[in-house]
Amino acid sequence: MTEATTSHDPSEPARNKRTLFQNLEIDTRLLGMIGAFLLIAIVFNIMTEGRFLTPRNVFNLTIQTVSVAIMATGMVFVIVTRHIDLSVGALLATVSATMAVTQTDLLPTMLGLELGSPLIAPITILFGAIVGTIIGAFHGYLIGYLAIPAFIVTLGGLFVWRNVAWHITSGQTVGPLDPQFVSLGGIDGTLGETGSWVFGALAALFTLYLLFGARRRKVSHGFPVKPIWAEILIAGVALAAILGFVWILNSYDIPDRRLERMFAARGEVMPEGYTAGYGVPLSVLLLIIVAAAMMVVAQRTRLGRYIFAAGGNPEAAALSGINTRLLTVKVFAIVGFLCALSAVVASARLNFHSNDVGTLDELRVIAAAVIGGTALSGGIGTIYGAILGALIMQSLQSGMAMVGVEAPYQNIVVGIVLVLAVFIDIVYRKRTGV
Amino acid sequence: MADTSIDRSVTPLCEMRDMQKAFGGIRAVDHVTVNVYPGEVVGILGHNGAGKSVLMKMLSGAYQRDGGQIFVNGEEVQINNPRDARAYNIETIYQTLALADNLDAASNLFLGRELTTRLGFLDDQSMESETRKIMSRLNPNFRRYSTPVAGLSGGQRQSVAIARAVYFDAKILIMDEPTAALGVEETRMVAELIGELKRQGIGIFLIDHDIHQVKQLCDRASVMKNGRLVGTVNVDEVTEDDLLGMIILGKNPKAEAA
Ligand SMILES: Nc1ncnc2c1ncn2[C@@H]1O[C@H](COP(=O)(O)OP(=O)(O)OP(=O)(O)O)[C@@H](O)[C@H]1O
Ligand SMILES: [Mg+2]
Repeated sequence: MTEATTSHDPSEPARNKRTLFQNLEIDTRLLGMIGAFLLIAIVFNIMTEGRFLTPRNVFNLTIQTVSVAIMATGMVFVIVTRHIDLSVGALLATVSATMAVTQTDLLPTMLGLELGSPLIAPITILFGAIVGTIIGAFHGYLIGYLAIPAFIVTLGGLFVWRNVAWHITSGQTVGPLDPQFVSLGGIDGTLGETGSWVFGALAALFTLYLLFGARRRKVSHGFPVKPIWAEILIAGVALAAILGFVWILNSYDIPDRRLERMFAARGEVMPEGYTAGYGVPLSVLLLIIVAAAMMVVAQRTRLGRYIFAAGGNPEAAALSGINTRLLTVKVFAIVGFLCALSAVVASARLNFHSNDVGTLDELRVIAAAVIGGTALSGGIGTIYGAILGALIMQSLQSGMAMVGVEAPYQNIVVGIVLVLAVFIDIVYRKRTGV
Repeated sequence: MADTSIDRSVTPLCEMRDMQKAFGGIRAVDHVTVNVYPGEVVGILGHNGAGKSVLMKMLSGAYQRDGGQIFVNGEEVQINNPRDARAYNIETIYQTLALADNLDAASNLFLGRELTTRLGFLDDQSMESETRKIMSRLNPNFRRYSTPVAGLSGGQRQSVAIARAVYFDAKILIMDEPTAALGVEETRMVAELIGELKRQGIGIFLIDHDIHQVKQLCDRASVMKNGRLVGTVNVDEVTEDDLLGMIILGKNPKAEAA
């Protein structure tokens, strides 16, 4: 496609020679991942005779992905700065144990809060977030200031925090958890149909604002912009995806018996023939907020710019006056905070804290980031890629489980897919020269 | 191009006095004193490993000195990191260029000094248009503003590094082999740029292995050998062979005459 333009700079092919994708200016790697995801979904849908793509299964798939996906966004920053974090699953367990004890024991006995008080969940989550952030920052301090390799610090952390979690609860399972807290786990807390449509509409408007705001800024500086039809096409696809997602989650109906109980709890009687959909789970809302915030940090803030600069060339970053040690502390503190959020989602989904919560999550999180295009050599990675990576892995696992593949075989497939994904990425990078 | 109008009766713009730096047993810089006056280009010459880059890195804050003093406008200053150096308007073009390969030209040019919007977010569009302005003066053929600099040629990368050093109103400029990767045309533009910066009263330390170019661009030359200063000469008063003698044999032509 560029043979006629070899005399020009290769990055600026003549307008009339541009391909569809060049006009759209979308990351072809992103398209590839979306394609892989759709392929997996379609294949499993055929193999399960349509059960894979039911609203119910899509709903379950998304709530199962949230915890790993939230941590994976932070893992992107860690790997981009040429580090690794093997302790996220264990850190999740420690924070989960801390929060379980806080809400069932500490707050009721020490502060005298009644069980079921509306203050329990917020205080618990705030405390958990602080604990997670501090532990993460401590890892970052050991790595950045004492120059102990991240691999070692977090491998040690894996042993320590997994067993600190055991110590906090004396090895017991702790539950049931506070109902408000549990509503952040998935099925027990959703926006409902109306709420979900309102959320979908807001998200759609915000997306349009971002897309056309970027275009307006470019025009005002006299930079080339993509043709308007390309802009509209991208906006159209984005809106369809957002609203389609809301529609699917809204079509998952709450079972009659559960509805009856909900009415009964309010002292009302359910009207004949009443139905309601679940809509968007609060945990998914949390993931979307985390993803949006992390993308803003990555692309539009100094912190994000420095993270990528330090990953691309640590020496250059230091010579530019960037405090790369403090940067390491910040990156690991962010991961610690995100582990705390994941701990909320993971324990709330189970409605109790158990010793093995988050076990092997470190590997899933790293795999999600890497499948999503984060390069272990540093400097390259995207937040949306990591989330898609988490979704692809969860789809593979759920799909195989539905088809009846036993867990050990599932893991074998996931392992192979991980290596294959990285190989494809390497080939892709060689061919496109980025 | 040596410039006789430089007034050396004033205080130097910058002086590094009795600088020392050792790595393990290697005395990379051993009691070296150099200075530069406003509007002057001082060549720092010497064989590979003579200690030129280490000397200059102590001024740009990349290395901490073991001993010695740094004066800017006659006042002693403490330069402990690159931010300190930037605060005294000391800008550096590093021999290794110090570019983040995964970022584009504008992100590299503004690294550590990003332009932001009123809300504190990065203003990439403004950074890119500023980059376009400065690059059009240094390398008019440059077009690749939206690709990571890893994909640029050696000379294009060097242009980006030069642009970064001159964009931020440097008063003291350190150029560590700035034209090593440049083509004939681009080298000529850098020579022109150096002339322009001289006229603005900027002091330049220029590390360069090309003796011919040193004769053309520099007013004085300080020659180093094995970490020690061989001597500092007015470029007009010596021949290219004299300079080569200083570099290779470490003999000072003035000392001979005396
Ligand atoms: N970070 C370091 N650690 C250990 N030794 C170093 C370091 N940096 C420089 N050196 C040593 O200091 C001496 C001077 O090095 P320097 O880089 O200043 O040489 P140079 O004059 O710039 O040479 P060139 O012309 O090859 O760039 C060399 O012996 C080098 O090996
Ligand atoms: Mg050198």
